[in-house]
Amino acid sequence: MTLPMCEPLIFEHGRPGRGARGQWPAVETSVPALPPALKREQRAALPEVSELDVVRHYTRLSQLNFSIDTHFYPLGSCTMKYNPRACNAAAMLPEFLGRHPLASLQHSQGFLTCMFELQEMLKEVTGMQAVALSPMAGAHGEFAGVAMIRAFHRARGDLARNEIIVPTAAHGTNPATATMCGCVAREIGVGADGDVDLDALRAAVGPKTAGIMLTNPSTLGIFERGIAAVAHIVHEAGGLLYYDGANLNAILGKVRPGDMGFDVMHMNLHKTFSTPHGGGGPGAGAVGVGPRLLPFIPLPVVTREGSAGGDGAQYRWLNEQDLPQSIGRLTGFNGNAGVLLRAYVYMRMLGRAGMSRVGEYATLNSNYLLTRLQQIGFIAAYPQRRASHEFILTLKALSQHQGVTAMDVAKRLLDFGFHAPTTYFPLLVPECLLIEPTETESKETLDAFVGAMAQILSEAAKDPGTLRGAPHRLPVRRLDDVRAARELDVAYHPVAR
Amino acid sequence: MPFIPHTAADVAEMLEAIGAVNIEALFDEIPDALRVRALAGFPEGLNEQQIMQLMYARARQDGRPLNFIGAGAYEHHIPAAVWALVSRGEFYSAYTPYQAEASQGTLQTIYEYQSMVTALTGMQVANASMYDGATAVSEACLMAVRTNRKSSAARILMPRNVHPHYRAVTLASTGGQGLKIEEVPYQRTSGQTSAAALTGFAGQDVTAVVIQQPNFFGVLEDVDALTDWAHAQGALAVAVVNPTSLGVLKAPGQWGQRGADIVVGDGQPLGCPLSSGGPYFGFMATRMEYVRQMPGRIVGRTVDLDGRPGFTLTLQAREQHIRRGKATSNICTNQGLLMIAGTIYLALMGAEGLERVANACLARTAELVAALSRMPGVRVAFGTARFHEAVLLLDRPVAPVLAALAARGIEGGFDLSAHYPEMGAALLVCATEARGAQDIADYAAALADVLKSARVA
Repeated sequence: MTLPMCEPLIFEHGRPGRGARGQWPAVETSVPALPPALKREQRAALPEVSELDVVRHYTRLSQLNFSIDTHFYPLGSCTMKYNPRACNAAAMLPEFLGRHPLASLQHSQGFLTCMFELQEMLKEVTGMQAVALSPMAGAHGEFAGVAMIRAFHRARGDLARNEIIVPTAAHGTNPATATMCGCVAREIGVGADGDVDLDALRAAVGPKTAGIMLTNPSTLGIFERGIAAVAHIVHEAGGLLYYDGANLNAILGKVRPGDMGFDVMHMNLHKTFSTPHGGGGPGAGAVGVGPRLLPFIPLPVVTREGSAGGDGAQYRWLNEQDLPQSIGRLTGFNGNAGVLLRAYVYMRMLGRAGMSRVGEYATLNSNYLLTRLQQIGFIAAYPQRRASHEFILTLKALSQHQGVTAMDVAKRLLDFGFHAPTTYFPLLVPECLLIEPTETESKETLDAFVGAMAQILSEAAKDPGTLRGAPHRLPVRRLDDVRAARELDVAYHPVAR
Repeated sequence: MPFIPHTAADVAEMLEAIGAVNIEALFDEIPDALRVRALAGFPEGLNEQQIMQLMYARARQDGRPLNFIGAGAYEHHIPAAVWALVSRGEFYSAYTPYQAEASQGTLQTIYEYQSMVTALTGMQVANASMYDGATAVSEACLMAVRTNRKSSAARILMPRNVHPHYRAVTLASTGGQGLKIEEVPYQRTSGQTSAAALTGFAGQDVTAVVIQQPNFFGVLEDVDALTDWAHAQGALAVAVVNPTSLGVLKAPGQWGQRGADIVVGDGQPLGCPLSSGGPYFGFMATRMEYVRQMPGRIVGRTVDLDGRPGFTLTLQAREQHIRRGKATSNICTNQGLLMIAGTIYLALMGAEGLERVANACLARTAELVAALSRMPGVRVAFGTARFHEAVLLLDRPVAPVLAALAARGIEGGFDLSAHYPEMGAALLVCATEARGAQDIADYAAALADVLKSARVA
């Protein structure tokens, strides 16, 4: 268990004149003069610390974190699975780290081969016709996808289509993306069984419909059974279907977005394909498209010329001349290449059989955990439905009878060494916990989590104050968010400045 | 099974608890017609030794050429401690710090990062990173439109000597919201943004002016005059800067009379390897009065229930998970781990170390330009002061020359002819502190050899 500790700011470790001099280049004897008006007047107030100060400080800070390497993260919709070490080791080979993004093709064939094969593998597991790897996160991929939908309609002169239909349970990035693309998000409800309300959908579509954004399984942790009907309704109305890949882990090797009728999708490689979350990034949000959106995919994309596997095969980037209708470039260079290499290694290690096992064991763990939690008294939001790779508990009763909220339960779990599940999302289920165990967790870990949840239930009955005040065993207790926003302190200002 | 710990006994017990006959039964809600039977085109799995052998071979194919390309991604020495720390599982495999109590390490590091970025840029507040420099520029343009209430034109002046990829990304990313991105030509003699061209916009409704320092040609702009011009027009000044250069160049917060309004750039030079273009991180800083229009995450210092100091994400009402369709941006996941690398790099370098790096870049580039431009058929395009890049004009097409250099193990620079055909055979070269005297001599010898042959390969 982490002990409470407080680490000073790196600035506060500093002393004037101290520095990690072994890491600095030598002083230059002859430097070209700069125009005086352009020169820095005063050195920036950066820390003045030794290498040991830096190593000790950031090692200590790291120890204040939960992480997959140290803790179980049953975090719904985030797919916090184990990040294999080989993926990191391969991506950190010096040739890959040192390769300039604009290097000649001669010094790029190894890297481009990996990228091309990654595109091909992603096409195979999603049922899409082409994949572009450059978007740097899920939301960035969403932007690419909706921008392609917009470009598709505009290319046909259909300028009226600016509505993106989004179920109320969707991730916040979906409506935010629609706005960024100059579209309007139109929210529709879901039925009591959690599936999209088809009548509401029929009423919503029309000549202004650009498309619909869906996850499947949905953010309610259940498979959208009416997906074929949804696709039919939207396509009949002239719209396109966008698949938000946040929940792709649930269906890997079982069903493919392309086969469900989706025209475009993004994949969160940092979820499904096991690249690390890094405390909030980097991610990778590759996009896949069906036949209708092929001409619009974002640049750059890797292509192969010459025979596969033969000595004649040459890989190169497709450019504006190859794809004149492309929505263009969305990244400074080629996207998060190092993340893409990690995903490539992961997929090659799993192979065909391993890919299908992901969805199977993620679903097995999820259903097992749901069953066990129901057995000890927790209430599923959709008890009549089969859980996918994640499920929702509703703590409405606990909140009404014991005054213990989903947030209290989440915070108390931290005391027991489990990262909190996703709380208060999706918004339409009151006092909810969204729980996703992933396939890489063992039965023992799941059983231990159930044990902690049982302990919490018993505390709720006997000693709810302990829950309301949780966490108790972490470096800090609950933080004053109101004060944080009201008395904004977002940068250290030394007294001398 | 790779990365799946279940034994046969585990599976049997779990299925029994669920009441399912087999794992397949758990997929009974998926309509049969949609089921995929096999991923026929997918390769068989490899064990760790096999995949590493494959990756060693792929890496060897690319080799380790001597690099003189900059153009927005710069090879610098990265202290060993940076990635030793960043690779710690507690940073590497942590989630976004929404659960503040379980994320104080990441949150405090972000606070320190924000502090360093504000110190470096001379601004008051920084966010916790954007995807890269290019997307930071496009987000800055969108933010300028939200911020500059005096302007209704949503019109951004974008000099042609801003990185062509940054311009392309801004076009692709802001068109949906109706921004008008207008190009401003550069002076052919100096490579600087043309004051004469700007005069043509005087008195018009301009929302913001983008100013890149150094610009894409490596040339230093008269940033004071450009910033003051923007402000005199009622426009915001959006600064795009190289963070290494800020070791010696004036902080954007001090540009002109009032300083730049939004400052962005690519943080890659701060401890991030070239890595084929990413992951890097974009940084963004602004005035405190504009903080609520800023996209992305921001960390604030506060206290806990016991009054102990702690860190938390703040002003989240700007963000997509709260504000949905009305958020300042759809950005969610950013480049957290790279931002940590940048923070550790800046802590190790400090202001004095960064100044030394910047001076070494200035010196090496001067030596490179002198060595290359002294040979026949090569001349320097602009005599203007520069940072660590320069445009050279060749007496023959650039592409075959670069190919011939590549065959000799040298990445000789970036061919400008596709983006700037008006310049003719123009080559952008770069030398940072990572290049030594011998590297420069090797490049000069190879180029002389290539230029000697009448017909280059």
